[in-house]
This record gives sequence, structure tokens and C-alpha cells, in this order.
Amino acid sequence: MLTNIIEQLLNGLRTGSIYALIALGYTMVYGIAKMINFAHGDIIMVGAYALYVAIINMQLPAIPAVLLTCVTCAVLGVVIEKVAYKPLRKAPPLAVLITAIGVSYFLQSASLLIFGATPIPFKSIINVPAVKLGSVTVSGLTIVTLIVTTVCMIALTLFINKTKAGSAMRAVSEDKGAASLMGINVNRTISMTFAIGSFLAAVAGILYICQYQSLRPTLGALPGIKAFVAAVLGGIGSVPGAMIGGILLGIIESISKAYISTELADAIVFGVLVVVLLVKPSGLMGKNSTEKV
Amino acid sequence: MAMLKVTDLKVYYGVIQAIKGISFEVNQGEVIALIGANGAGKTTILHTVTGLIPPKNGRIEFEGKDITKLQGHKIVSLGMAHVPEGRRVFASLTVLENLKLGAYTRKNKEEINASLEMVYKRFPRLEERKSQLAGTLSGGEQQMLAMGRALMSKPRILLMDEPSMGLSPIYVNEIFDIIKQVSAEGTTVLLVEQNAKKALEIADRAYVLETGNIALEGKASDLMNNESVKKAYLGE
Repeated sequence: MLTNIIEQLLNGLRTGSIYALIALGYTMVYGIAKMINFAHGDIIMVGAYALYVAIINMQLPAIPAVLLTCVTCAVLGVVIEKVAYKPLRKAPPLAVLITAIGVSYFLQSASLLIFGATPIPFKSIINVPAVKLGSVTVSGLTIVTLIVTTVCMIALTLFINKTKAGSAMRAVSEDKGAASLMGINVNRTISMTFAIGSFLAAVAGILYICQYQSLRPTLGALPGIKAFVAAVLGGIGSVPGAMIGGILLGIIESISKAYISTELADAIVFGVLVVVLLVKPSGLMGKNSTEKV
Repeated sequence: MAMLKVTDLKVYYGVIQAIKGISFEVNQGEVIALIGANGAGKTTILHTVTGLIPPKNGRIEFEGKDITKLQGHKIVSLGMAHVPEGRRVFASLTVLENLKLGAYTRKNKEEINASLEMVYKRFPRLEERKSQLAGTLSGGEQQMLAMGRALMSKPRILLMDEPSMGLSPIYVNEIFDIIKQVSAEGTTVLLVEQNAKKALEIADRAYVLETGNIALEGKASDLMNNESVKKAYLGE
């Protein structure tokens, strides 16, 4: 029984840390551009297909393929911001929101055109043997996922809090005009945020596809929306909030699937969100503000 | 040659004309005050000079260089720092982080540290509170931080927008003393102030703004004795 609980917790931690990586993109972009980038989930999908192309069509080894995937997504994130969102910097939030949904459909339709609707099987590129700790078996994928996400989160936290570019980012998210008076290039800082968010989404996409091993144009939708929930749960705009929200969500989901009901797991996850928002509308780590999304 | 020269500046907010063709000059070493009632366009002028608002018409020159169309973030490295209205310190960053952002465009670490020492010397309270979040400071301390942050860029001209707003009289006196010191050390100052009395006391020359136009200009000491200025702005 205990073994089983620990294994379920580890599964939850694995899924949750993937959600957390994606949630970081939502929360950082929200912090700096004050918009919900609903196309963010589809970056995961693009990442998955990019990895597929790099491995299968270009025959690249795993590490260069992963790097290429991450760079592709980071560039795509920047391009999307420049083309679709930047012209709307002064537009009402609803226009931006609808544009983001439009970009999301655009990306899905583009991959539908290129790769077709039939799911493509994909073999995991992570071939690490499972480890047995006492009676608990930890899969290689879980180990790699936890290491990769931990490294990403520590690196991001250090970047945001300890570097000049990181403090410029925080300054822009707080007051663009004042940041500009300091000599900070606001547009470049926003681009950088999109690049980092999309890079993390690519990492999440790679880990996700190694877990599910099947490619569809809509594969980003569900992890995307779950990660959005995680970001809101943690407090949108808060970086540690996104990490905690993601992991919490993954664990709740995994425990509900194992011990309550597979069908009800998603309902329970969203139910938790509703309860948290009723008690603390700004999310677990969010600042109290009256801003409308 | 004037250090900062603004010629026939016109600024619109949508269809509303906020600045209706204003010209003024700031010479090296001067303290210039722009005074006027709420809504006269004082803040708009400063925002236009530092590139936060694009002008419809006119020319802004700094040290002989046309900066009218220059993007906001490129202004500070020319040697012009702007302390905005309402301080606008970065509340969720520490005092030290705020000050370091003031030196964002500077590269030389030693020189930045030297500036930091100078700012700490001028505002000892900022050093005491360097690891505190800026949002937890009092209004007066935030004004000091905003000034210190601007001085971190080692400006040759300092633009100050309503530094006395919302401060207790003790802090107002302290802030104006510091402006005098900064000026005495060779920094040119362009001061926007509703507190006309205080501003005219430390200014060399002043411009009186009325709904987007310059109504009066001259030596600060003359304006202080001008009957209409006395009546409208000095409450005498």
C-alpha cells in the first residue's frame, strides 16, 4: 500500500513538474505583458513535432535534436509575440485574448496540414533504466523529468533574481514607463520573456511526448489548459506560484486517478481550483490585486 | 548653446491638445522650474522630453543632438535622468535592486559602485534599508530612492516631476535641500512643481504654464514678485 502511494506520488510529481514548466510560461508572460497567451499550450505541440522531425526526418542524435527543438520553440514564441501581440500592445485585453486563441488555432491547423490528423507514434528518446529504491520502482523517465525540471526551475529562479536581465524583467512587469526611464528596452525584455517561456514549453513538450509517445495536432491543448489552471492556482504572475501550482496539480491528479476515479480526476483537479479561488481569489502565492483578466 | 532646447512642442492625447506649441531652454548648470496648476501640461512636457510620449510637432535638442524621435530607453544613456511623478519606484524590488537599475545602461562596475557610495552618502537612509523592498518605504523615502535611482545614471541633467507631492513639510524641505546640493555639484535641473513657492526659491529661471501654453517666463526672483504669479500660485 505504502509502496503504491509513493509510486503514485512520484507519478504526480513527474506530471506536475511538466505542468509547472508550462505554467511558468503562462505566468511570466502574464506578469510582463498582462495577457493570457492561450497559444502557449500549442508551443508544446510544436515542440513535440519539432523533436519528431529532428529525430526521424533529420536523423539527429538525441541531444542536438532536443537543443534544436528548444531553440525552434523559443524563436517561434518571439515571432508570435512580434507578429500577433505586439501590434495590440495598447488594444483592449479582449482583443489580445481572442488573438491568442486565433494563434492557437493557427498553430494546430498548420500542424494538421503538415502532419495530418492521424496520430503519429513516437518512441521515447529517454532510455534510462528504472531504479529500485527498496520496494519502490522509479522509472527512468520520472528520474530524467524530475532532474530536468528541477534544473530548469533553479536556473530560472537564479536568472530572475540574481541577474541584471532578470531584474530588468521584474522592473518591466511592474512599470514599463519607469523601466524605460532606466534605459531598459521594454520590447526586447518582452521578447526575452516569450523566448524563455517558449523554451520551457519546448522542454515540457519533449518530456510530455516521451511519456505519451503519440503525436496529434491537439496534443498541447490538455496540458496547456491544466498548466493554465496550475498558474492560476499558484497565483498568476508569481513564478514560485506556478511551480507550486503545477506540482500540486500533478499530485492531486495522480492521487485522484489512483484512489478515487480516473474519470473524475479532471473534475477533481478543476474542483480544487474552484475551491482555492473561492478562498483566496489571487491564488496561493498571488498578490492581492483587483485586475481583471 | 542651450543644454536642453525645446522648440514649438505640440502634444496631443487623442484629439485633445495638451501642449500647444511650447518653447523653452535649459542652460548648463541652471535650475529651471516649470510651474503651473494641475493639468497645465507640466508632466506631459517631461514625458515628451524623455520619450514616453511622442510629440505631434516640434523639436527637442539635448546638447546639440536632436532627440525628438529617440526611443525612451535610449535617452538615459545620453546623460538625462527623469524622476517621474509619483516616484514610481519598483515596489517589489529591493532598494539596492532599484538603485542598480538606475545604472542599467552603465557598464563599468567600479564606477557604478562609486556612484552607489555617493548615493548612500547623500541618502544614508537608503543604505540602512538597502535590502528592504521599495514598496515598504515611506513616501519621503521613496522620493529619495527615486532621486537616488536617477542619480545612479550619473546624469548631466536631472528632470524632476513634482518631488514634493504628498510629502510632509519636513521631507519637502529635505528634498529641496538635496536638489540644491545636486545642482551645486554641477548637475543641471529641470524641475516641475506645483509648490511654486518652493520651486521659485531654488530656481534660477522659471516658466509659468497655463493650459498648454507658456504664460510667463523670467528670472525666478522676478516671478516671485510678479503680482499675477503671487495671486495665482503663491497664495498671497
